[in-house]
Amino acid sequence: MPQSAEDVLDHAPLFRQPEYVEMLARKREGENMPPMEEAKKIGEWTNTWDYREKNFAREALSVNPAKACQPLGAVFVAAGFERTLSFVHGSQGCVAYYRSHLSRHFKEPSSIVSSSMTEDAAVFGGLNNMVDGLQNTYALYEPAMIAVSTTCMAEVIGDDLQAFITTAKSKGSVPEDYDVPYAHTPAFVGSHTTGYDNMLKGILEHFWKKAERTENARINLIPGFDGFAVGNNRELKRMLGLMGVDYTMLSDVSDQFDTPSDGTFRMYSGGTTIADTKAALNAKATLSLQEYCTSKTLNYCGSLGQKTDSLHYPMGVGATDELLMKISQLTGKPIPDELKLERGRLLDAMADSQGWLHGKQYAIYGDPDFVYGMARFVMETGGEPRHCLATNGTAAWEEQMQKLFDSSPFGKECKAWAGRDLWHMRSLLATEPVHLLIGNSYGKYLERDIGTPLVRLMFPIFDRHHHHRFPTMGYQGAIRVLVTLLDKIFDKLDDSTIVPGVTDYSYDITR
Amino acid sequence: MTASYTNNSDAHAALIKQVLEAYPDKTKKRRQKHLGVAASGEGTGEEEAGVTSDCGSVKSNIKSIPGVMTVRGCAYAGSKGVVWGPVKDMVHISHGPVGCGQYSWSQRRNYYIGRTGIDTFVTMQFTSDFQEKDIVFGGDKKLEKVIDEINEIFPLAKGITIQSECPIGLIGDDIEAVSKKKNKESGKTIVPVRCEGFRGVSQSLGHHIANDSIRDWVFDKRPVEHDATQYDVNVIGDYNIGGDAWSSRILLEEMGLRVVGNWSGDATLTEIERAPKAKLNLIHCYRSMNYICRHMEEKYGVPWIEYNFFGPSQIADSMRRIAALFDDKIKEGAERVIAKYQPLVDAIIARYRPRLEKKTVMLYVGGLRPRHVVTAYEDLGMEIIGTGYEFGHGDDYQRTGHYVKEGTLIYDDVTAYELDKFIENLRPDLVGSGIKEKYPVQKMGIPFRQMHSWDYSGPYHGYDGFAIFARDMDLAINNPVWSFFKAPWDNVEDSAE
Repeated sequence: MPQSAEDVLDHAPLFRQPEYVEMLARKREGENMPPMEEAKKIGEWTNTWDYREKNFAREALSVNPAKACQPLGAVFVAAGFERTLSFVHGSQGCVAYYRSHLSRHFKEPSSIVSSSMTEDAAVFGGLNNMVDGLQNTYALYEPAMIAVSTTCMAEVIGDDLQAFITTAKSKGSVPEDYDVPYAHTPAFVGSHTTGYDNMLKGILEHFWKKAERTENARINLIPGFDGFAVGNNRELKRMLGLMGVDYTMLSDVSDQFDTPSDGTFRMYSGGTTIADTKAALNAKATLSLQEYCTSKTLNYCGSLGQKTDSLHYPMGVGATDELLMKISQLTGKPIPDELKLERGRLLDAMADSQGWLHGKQYAIYGDPDFVYGMARFVMETGGEPRHCLATNGTAAWEEQMQKLFDSSPFGKECKAWAGRDLWHMRSLLATEPVHLLIGNSYGKYLERDIGTPLVRLMFPIFDRHHHHRFPTMGYQGAIRVLVTLLDKIFDKLDDSTIVPGVTDYSYDITR
Repeated sequence: MTASYTNNSDAHAALIKQVLEAYPDKTKKRRQKHLGVAASGEGTGEEEAGVTSDCGSVKSNIKSIPGVMTVRGCAYAGSKGVVWGPVKDMVHISHGPVGCGQYSWSQRRNYYIGRTGIDTFVTMQFTSDFQEKDIVFGGDKKLEKVIDEINEIFPLAKGITIQSECPIGLIGDDIEAVSKKKNKESGKTIVPVRCEGFRGVSQSLGHHIANDSIRDWVFDKRPVEHDATQYDVNVIGDYNIGGDAWSSRILLEEMGLRVVGNWSGDATLTEIERAPKAKLNLIHCYRSMNYICRHMEEKYGVPWIEYNFFGPSQIADSMRRIAALFDDKIKEGAERVIAKYQPLVDAIIARYRPRLEKKTVMLYVGGLRPRHVVTAYEDLGMEIIGTGYEFGHGDDYQRTGHYVKEGTLIYDDVTAYELDKFIENLRPDLVGSGIKEKYPVQKMGIPFRQMHSWDYSGPYHGYDGFAIFARDMDLAINNPVWSFFKAPWDNVEDSAE
């Protein structure tokens, strides 16, 4: 009997006990699976150039894509405003999915409501769902603002949010002057980064469209969709605080996705206040940290007379320099010595470890701005970001990436792949191997298939805890990223030199 | 099943009344039908059959109310996520935009053995990734191409299912025609499933639609070779979460039965096709797969029996009830297995019961678990004070009366607001529910275990699983973290007492 009360075996060891091994062998006899040799043959074929060509010839099928749909970005950005509850108009299953997805990454509550449309709403439209839904949400959860976005169901049948919200207000669902910003977020256009952009623009338009703009010296900062937002937003605020900059962060989810355990469940925590959001109209400039999360929003800000600019997920030395210099230029505030000291400490760490990173080859996938920022930092360490892939990347992104590669001798053999998925990445890793893979939790399947060690630096991270609590941006964040890369390299080296009397000559105590 | 406790019916009824006060009138009227207190089992006429209470007054399987934060999912989740997704040697296409497949990718812990991406495909996300042009011009052409590409890139896939997302039914695509055409061309099984998320009121209709698609597109479509024995059974409605189906199968085999199909955890297409040849269907998750069992009974004469492999009382009872349908060899086998594991059961209870005795539990789950796990907790001396189903029907609530005690708080399609208030007021020692409920509850300082995914642990089925279940409930409740929630400098008055 494999199990005991004294030493309870979990699933991993339990099913390796002989009783289960034998049982599973018996099961296989009745499964009618392909013979082992055939599976082995096909398995080997999937690692060839021939397979790669067939794989890259795919035109319709997407396998393991690295992107989500618009409403996820919409509910994420809305969560960064004071006491704001997202209301997603359409089928309710979608909302269950966004909530689960965010909770699994942040290990935090994620509160979102649905208008629960079903077949009758598909026929007659979802107006009644909006009218009843807003009333219930307002009464039960007492939000300061309800941010409405849409699932693809509501988009396909063509529900008109503006008209529906107006009608709901006239029927008394919520007070006439209550804030219900909205954005249409069709899942069949763009990705979660598009949804972030649309919802943020919707919120800003709601507050700004009828207001007069009187320019002041403040700036707005938009972080973009970021799985590390808890750590990064706080690090950004710390740096801006050191510079003495007056700023408004437009959508700050850092407190919402990091509430304490002290006996009270807080449905809402922190976020950009509604007053600050209104006043942000008057800022002289808006700076986005992720171009591909904010193109429409920045256009809108620019159309009102704000200066606008955008970065690509500022990681590493050059990108942080650029971030600080941009802020300094925009605000006239000098970069304080303390940040220069931090910069020096980062470079000190990079110099100490450069021998272990120089010449390492990487595959990187994720959202377009992250991949850009990560590749840039990798090249600063002497690494080569050989395969850079963004499922939600565009041709314009590919060009930007190529320019980045061209700017450094370490970018020589590198290529960007827009619109490709992780099954394409599998072929890239199999045919042109690299030392490290940087991505999210789903990269572990590539690690298992190909053997490329995975570093988790991209949303979503489900199978490791609390990474999002630490920053990856700024000089301090760069040290964290540096250590993460080094740990993986050292761990891998130890793993491959651990057999006593066989490989342990390289199992060094000092490195 | 000797646990004797009752819950406070009056207090629970008062709590329901209080919680409903927050709702607008119309919503209050609708919600109050879904909340109730288990009545006495006396007078149901079924006390002899083990009925301990009557939960039949609670209304269920009704549309969720907009804006209240239901926990429910959709028909797609019921079909792709539950019924079809675990079938390991088929490719399941999430047909439509990218999100549905992305959010459900590898989230249900349906363990299986196979070379993923080569001969098995469960933990992969296949999608037609609809773009605007597919919505405008229709997606059938794209679907044809998707199927062709799967056949080229994944030649060992035994078949394909098409899991419809919302837009498919709204734009008038004919996925059935595509399936027929591609089946003719390739000879492979292709199953169109009309599980668009807006259909029905929850996951439940998706289960039903998926069951029907097995009936219509798999059964009797290809010749089945099978050397039958009189001991052949199918395990139906075990999704092998954390290996549940394996820790169940080992017991069924030990008692002398031959499991010829496992639906659908770790299943192959062959196991689905072969099912009507079995002598008996053993159904664990009644809610998600009773439909196909009824069909197999009607058309192929395969009888079915519900069983429960959570906790030693139910396991022994179930094995005896199953064995009663076979000959003496199996009856003796069941007794032998029960006797063999009794020392393990005794040791588990001796170790954990003292640590868990009288601890109160609230459950809110889907499928079979709101009732099936009740006795497992009671085997450990714990008491169930509230339970409810995300997507149960009347027959589920009727069956719940066999498990819970009078006075138990019953909540159907509970809203986040209601659940938080119930938990806040009753302060149970443990809550068992899902990922969306986990973190709010833990922040209140109340121990929590996910009872969909086993909180990444498991298996919980069978005797081997019961050891893990007991250990997990103990570690959740008796972890030191809960004692630190209050800062010591806020504790001055307490310590002076």
